Amino acid sequence: MDIADLIVEREDEGYFAYHRSALTSDEIHRSEIERIFNRSWLYVGHESEVPEPGDFARRMVGTRPLFFVRSRTTGDVNVFYNSCTHRGATICRRDTGNGKSFQCFYHAWTFDTDGALVGVPDEECYGPHFDKSQHGLVPVPRMQSYRGLIFASYDPNVEELTEYLAGARPYIDAMMDAAEVAAEFAANGKNGGSGSGSPAPPLQVLRGTHRYGIKANWKLLVENSFDGYHLGPTHATYFQFLRDQNVEVSPSTGSMKLLGNGHCVIEYTGSWGRPIARWASQFGEASKAQLDSLREKIIGELGETGYRMVELNRNLFVYPNLFVMDNNATALRVIEPTATEYMDVAQYELAPRVEDPTVRKVRLESYVTFAGPGGLATPDDVEALESCQQGAHSGVEWSLLSRGYFSEEPPMSGELQMREFWRRWQHQLLSRELVPS
Amino acid sequence: MSRRGPAVLDRPELRPTDVTRAEVEDLLYLEAQLLDEWRMEEWLELWAEDAEYVVPTNDNPDADPDNDLMYINHDHRLLKGLVVRLMSVHAHREYPWSKTRHFVSNVRVLGEDENGLVHAGAAFMVWRFRNNDRDCYVGRYEIRVRRTAPGLELVRKWVTLDAWTLAPYGAVSIVL
Repeated sequence: MDIADLIVEREDEGYFAYHRSALTSDEIHRSEIERIFNRSWLYVGHESEVPEPGDFARRMVGTRPLFFVRSRTTGDVNVFYNSCTHRGATICRRDTGNGKSFQCFYHAWTFDTDGALVGVPDEECYGPHFDKSQHGLVPVPRMQSYRGLIFASYDPNVEELTEYLAGARPYIDAMMDAAEVAAEFAANGKNGGSGSGSPAPPLQVLRGTHRYGIKANWKLLVENSFDGYHLGPTHATYFQFLRDQNVEVSPSTGSMKLLGNGHCVIEYTGSWGRPIARWASQFGEASKAQLDSLREKIIGELGETGYRMVELNRNLFVYPNLFVMDNNATALRVIEPTATEYMDVAQYELAPRVEDPTVRKVRLESYVTFAGPGGLATPDDVEALESCQQGAHSGVEWSLLSRGYFSEEPPMSGELQMREFWRRWQHQLLSRELVPS
Repeated sequence: MSRRGPAVLDRPELRPTDVTRAEVEDLLYLEAQLLDEWRMEEWLELWAEDAEYVVPTNDNPDADPDNDLMYINHDHRLLKGLVVRLMSVHAHREYPWSKTRHFVSNVRVLGEDENGLVHAGAAFMVWRFRNNDRDCYVGRYEIRVRRTAPGLELVRKWVTLDAWTLAPYGAVSIVL
């Protein structure tokens, strides 16, 4: 089937559907890697994961092995392909750690934290023309960091990250500003560990990563992660839990905004509490005073934006595979398109770099009761996506995304966000130019 | 000198206890059976009021539950919430129920702490079958039990997974 025929849209009747071979075709998956993942800015990691010189972490990003390391000379973060320039073995062989240099175990070529090749056993055997400076670790073509979030792109000609983020940027800023107020509040007005050098990011990634796999195409988790429609039916047991904690549960309402370049956000009310900063009975009395005064502080400093940040929940989508989930707590969800019918998922929990222990405790509990593979909700999302993947093989060919087609103000429970995602997806797959790889 | 050290060799802060390995095994085997038969309310009764059921993430086995992201960090109130969920027809990942088999072995009683809690360690393997899923979770239990008049009660179960990530499993939707 031609890519151009994979989406059927009839504006007059408000009909939008995509063909399910988009979830099962290996050819389409290869094309997605080439035309979407090789051309976008992709989230790699967070500055707080490598605070000290020599700290490193490795990742799969857009199906390629990478690692990032804080330079021992400049203090900046470098992102390298995780492959020895000699014969290809992966150089970084631990998930995280600290190193003075990176030595390939295969033939002991050694690289420093800026990627320079500094050691080659029996170097003279390569002859007089061998130039070590030509064989350093290969950095990704582009790397930029925005308020602690490190992105890479395999496209040397990609636009600046700040430009790429488009309308998503003010949302990231607002969340970071609220977190900055929270960090300073917890540090009693001092700068909260920002230090005298370059300012520390307002949010830090907590230790412990949720890494799990879903036997489904990666795009199904994109759809699910900004789908306001599924909350009631899919997550009934979570809402039951809230009611059992004396939380007055009312259906979430809210809006959806398209933010350009495929990014979008749903912003909505929630019955549950938020660690920044909305107390609810599920948190217990111990944290109420803290959260109430933090709430007042953020609204006082940031006004209307501050109110939105403390009161409303947000699922912010940064195309093509990052979600900033700012709801029951604040988390990053990164979707890795490992194979056509299998994805790896990584979730990182964020917290202000300084936080009151009582607030930290409710943050952690709020997050794991809802989200993550051991939570009361996420396992049912996994079940839904794997069911959809099985259904894609049934012979029923089309998936329907028409909901809210005629809504003037797109509701968070509509499907315009999915339609926009699929439109951009198709546009990129049809694009003629290819990135040299 | 005997080559066999005392039971508390690797935990010098603990003192010897009169709780036997057989008693701890009986408790863990009973727990395994209740879980495999989905008798979740009876399973909940094995737990003390100050229960702690903790599963740290694969990459952070020595986690600090007060500061780090965990998979599961449940007190008695949350355990009750989990039981309500797993007994519900709306727990979609586990309805219809999966078939599971919990295996517990290598049980050792390590000693008793100053609060009278008896520490034990064990290896476990939990198989889970459902539709096409054939999940096998392998790891270690760190157990704390309290002797009460009717018998031992579970106070703490800390579950460390040996796999490096939770992939390819989508979840820990059952009790390990």
